[in-house]
Amino acid sequence: MIFTKKKSFEELLSLLDGRKKVALVGCGSCAAACKTGGADEVAALAEALSANGIEVVGSCIPQESCQKLLVKKELKAVRDAGAECVVSLACGSGAQTVAQNTALPVFPANNTMYLAQVERIGVYNEMCRFCGDCLLGYTAGICPITQCAKSLVNGPCGGQKNGKCEVNPAQDCAWIAIYNKMTEQGREGELLERMIDDRSHADRAHPRTDNLREKKGAAEA
Amino acid sequence: MSSLKNALERGQFAVTAELAPPKGCDFAQKLDDAEALRGKVHGLNVTDMQSACLKASSLGFCVALKAQGHEPILQLTGRDRNRMALMGDLLSAAGFGIDTVLALTGDHPLVGDCRDSLPVYDLDSCGILRMISEMEQSGCDCGGNALEGAAPVFYKGASVTPVYEPMALQVAKLKKKVDCGAQYIQTQGIFDIAALRRFMDAVEKANIRTHIMCGVIPLKSANMARYMNENVPGIAVPEEMIARLEAAAEEGRARGVKGLAAAAGMEMAAELIRAVRDEGLCDGVHIMAIGAERNVPKILEMAGVSV
Repeated sequence: MIFTKKKSFEELLSLLDGRKKVALVGCGSCAAACKTGGADEVAALAEALSANGIEVVGSCIPQESCQKLLVKKELKAVRDAGAECVVSLACGSGAQTVAQNTALPVFPANNTMYLAQVERIGVYNEMCRFCGDCLLGYTAGICPITQCAKSLVNGPCGGQKNGKCEVNPAQDCAWIAIYNKMTEQGREGELLERMIDDRSHADRAHPRTDNLREKKGAAEA
Repeated sequence: MSSLKNALERGQFAVTAELAPPKGCDFAQKLDDAEALRGKVHGLNVTDMQSACLKASSLGFCVALKAQGHEPILQLTGRDRNRMALMGDLLSAAGFGIDTVLALTGDHPLVGDCRDSLPVYDLDSCGILRMISEMEQSGCDCGGNALEGAAPVFYKGASVTPVYEPMALQVAKLKKKVDCGAQYIQTQGIFDIAALRRFMDAVEKANIRTHIMCGVIPLKSANMARYMNENVPGIAVPEEMIARLEAAAEEGRARGVKGLAAAAGMEMAAELIRAVRDEGLCDGVHIMAIGAERNVPKILEMAGVSV
């Protein structure tokens, strides 16, 4: 899931810059799961804003705040509530999707962190950096792009100390972990022989977009 | 032609020493340090913001050394520059007559003194070596476009960390570096010759053919040794060496003489160099004096090594 963290309440108040009537838009997916944008968080934020003299004139929680058509529909509930601005309790994709569906200023309540594994409630680990060219099949299911601080593809740097990363001594060296797992699977020879190509950045110009609806896609383009 | 290449290919015991550019724009002191090494080494490695601590650039100081008639070795890390910037520096280096390079991945900015800096790592050590090799062979830049005139040709090196667990992983990366074009290798600082023997044995068994130069760090004190054991990856100073430094410092205190621990460190460095040469264990040594470059000629003299 996309892991988000709440911005400080002070920053959010500063973004609101004196506006007194706001609408809140949560998200029923990732942000709900990491407790930054579900029903409880929307209610808690409404209470905190109210304690600061800011009225919450409407709120909604789309099942997915990153679904453009769904958000458009859900926002109808707050459209005529008289809000001066909207606060999005979703990830950056959700907040932008909300912003595309309203003329009002939209302020994010969250910072968007990374694509996470939920180790257990409240414990999250970054697992994927969306490189677009998955290497997990060659590396025993451990991502060198994400788990190595330098995203090295050719094996380890010399910076490990007692098997831990030079950047974060709490973190295992990804390449030692890959080597150990490949060895457990009897695949270490495969690892030691393979040369992974240096990654091209030519197809990673932001923003990336994909249209899988061939005919309609051509018409839309 | 690269002096280092000349020495290694002729089978001469090669010597290089490491020198850091200043943290500032006045090169005078560092050029003076280099002067003490003139005629004593086959090349001067110029570090590329070692330990991710900001210094004047490796290329800039290499140019200054070259202008003084030294043989600089351009260290290049992938930490701060993408492949275009790296290749631009390589072309500039060649334009100034710098023909020897050492490719490194580079310490992460978070271990250094400019922690807000973007870690680039477009290419790692293997990628840098491969990019240079491909340029040399094709005459083209990193985008496949023809260079004006002939492509420069470099004597290309890389580093390796012999004290490493699991060693097979380090040996495999060494093999990749050689496959990508590394013609010589400088090791992390070695203190225990038995550990070096084990590593060289593994290199032999992996059928890796290259010139390996043993890294030598002259110790200045027992505290320095302990600090490095705790904090520097790939460094393992044996307890008996630490005890020898301590005994020397104790003797110095008793006699009221300064510098006995550093002198013991120089002796141990000279002993290692002599042993590596006499055993034919490596093809040369790479001395990292970490600010005490002026001691290098004396250490070489004690080891009975001249270039």
